[in-house]
Amino acid sequence: MNEFQRRQVKNRIIVVILVGMLCVYLFPIYWMFSTATKTKLDAFSLPPKWVWRPQIENFRNVFYVGAGGALGRVKGIEVKPKPSAFLRQLGNSIIVSFVSTLLATFLGALSGYVFSRMRVRGKDDLLFVILSSRMLPPVVIAIPLVMMYRALGLFDTLFGLIIMYTVFNLAFAVWMMRSFVDDIPIEYEEAALVDGYSRFQAFFKFIFPEMRVGMVATAIFSLIMTWNEFTFSLLLTGERARTAVPSIAHSLGTAGVNWGHIAAGSFLMVLPVVVFTFLLGGNLIRGFTFGAIKE
Amino acid sequence: MSSVRVENLWKKYGKVEAVRGVSFEVKEGEFTVLLGPSGCGKTTTLRCIAGLELPNEGKIYFDHDDVTPLSPADRNIAFVFQLYALYPHLSVYDNIAFPLRAEGLPREEVRKRVEEVVELLQIRDLVSLKPRKLTSGQKQRVALGRAIVRRPRVFLLDEPLSNIDAKLRETTRAELKKLQKSIHATTIYVTHDQVEAMTMADKIVVMNFGDIQQIGSPHEVYHYPANLFVARFIGSPGMNFIPGEITRRETVGIMVNGASFIPLHGEQAEAVERISLSSSQVVVGVRPENVLVSPEVEAVLEGEVYVFEPLGAQNIVTFRVGTHLLKALLPGDTMFSRGERVSLGLKEIRIFDAQSQKLIA
Repeated sequence: MNEFQRRQVKNRIIVVILVGMLCVYLFPIYWMFSTATKTKLDAFSLPPKWVWRPQIENFRNVFYVGAGGALGRVKGIEVKPKPSAFLRQLGNSIIVSFVSTLLATFLGALSGYVFSRMRVRGKDDLLFVILSSRMLPPVVIAIPLVMMYRALGLFDTLFGLIIMYTVFNLAFAVWMMRSFVDDIPIEYEEAALVDGYSRFQAFFKFIFPEMRVGMVATAIFSLIMTWNEFTFSLLLTGERARTAVPSIAHSLGTAGVNWGHIAAGSFLMVLPVVVFTFLLGGNLIRGFTFGAIKE
Repeated sequence: MSSVRVENLWKKYGKVEAVRGVSFEVKEGEFTVLLGPSGCGKTTTLRCIAGLELPNEGKIYFDHDDVTPLSPADRNIAFVFQLYALYPHLSVYDNIAFPLRAEGLPREEVRKRVEEVVELLQIRDLVSLKPRKLTSGQKQRVALGRAIVRRPRVFLLDEPLSNIDAKLRETTRAELKKLQKSIHATTIYVTHDQVEAMTMADKIVVMNFGDIQQIGSPHEVYHYPANLFVARFIGSPGMNFIPGEITRRETVGIMVNGASFIPLHGEQAEAVERISLSSSQVVVGVRPENVLVSPEVEAVLEGEVYVFEPLGAQNIVTFRVGTHLLKALLPGDTMFSRGERVSLGLKEIRIFDAQSQKLIA
């Protein structure tokens, strides 16, 4: 076997391994999708059915409330489809994640800049304190938080959730943005200062555009974290401000475990993030490699 | 263009004293080079002049205006950075036009002035490109263009040639010098490359450890280095040093290696006689081109050929003299083989005090 053939074999082996890994990673998504499109009977059949007749009943049931999701005539009583809370909760999710992501990214960019460029008294300690907000698992601070939120009237409000998630994401955003700004040569600003611009103009005209890639990467991570966040949303909201993720879990209790319903809801939750990530994916990769390759 | 005066400038970073009481003057239209090894405070000095650093002490004047408290924007200076700092998201044209837009000049005026600069630097082909597409030599021109377009009071350059390859650097050096003379720009240029300093400067300020070692023309710092540091730093290959002792025979002279006597003449002899040294220990410095093997010059040392490096037009020959090595720059047609014994003559020697390391004569 010559060098050329050996390399070809090696490439094939790598492809096989990657495909195998991909299958493992994608299996839960397949399972979710299949459960969502199967009837209850099909979903529970053993061995699992690899071929089934897809139906959208579960998806409809996510949006409409019936008796345990069943519509039509039940025991002689007409069950009319009634819009469920899911749409509203999805709306909540969208508002809360996007607003808090924007806030966290913007504030993170500003403070990241300051931490990178300016002399801040006790800089390292401050950065550590900021990071430490991510060290405790949320559950640990849950009870005091709930009490504070009740006392302040923030409980079950979108505003309260937005604050929570902004703070939650800020630590990450500050650290991430600081390292991005570190990688932007300081000469750009100095050149702008010498050319007759103020510090603020220099920041908004030069550094801000240069930080764009970093901000997009930060935003994607923040959005995914917020979108998928479970604990705070479950604890800090009641009916009105609840986001979609905990509400899916909520349907566990009410009418037995309707796996099809849960799978459909989860699937709908995953979609926006996937679309969003694919749209901005190029930036994400550039964001990852930003520090690695110096121009 | 303005003259620049720096008075007793101090800059500390915490406990580190980067610049320690530096004073010098740059006349209008003069090309002054701040020269020194890295960490000597030359860049810090330049950044203080630019206003990018606030000095702890001292004053900076442009003509008679005290600019020390002014922000960089208010000083009307141009600064060329080592890595050019061209704005990556702007085209070459916009990069050059940038400082003018900061001043809020009308569009027509901006266009006219950018055109002038583009013409002067011959970069017409590049105006619509983004910096990413340029070679380092081109980037450097654009950076220069951005600097001269605003007609600054002072031109500050921080190692602008260090990122260009060696061949291009030679031509750029000459062009830069020509440009500087043609626009009569007061220029302060920071470099660690003594060749750049020698070829371009009207005046060289040699710095080390935050202090000025010597201020003088290229000729002065080369031929009359104020101390051993300057003597060592300037010239390539560097000056040779041989420790010796002042000795009196028929004339005053210096005894080196305990065996060879170098007689002193004229002014040097007088200078050595005049100052009473605490000890008679001195260091003799001699440039490699002044180490001679020709029979016309009186031989004072015996050397043995140690290394022979042909460069083409010239050869660098390292001789072993006693326990010391002496480099000589000899014409390309002189050939030596290793171990050969040669009589050496010395010309234009400099004598330094071994203790204070200062030039005696």
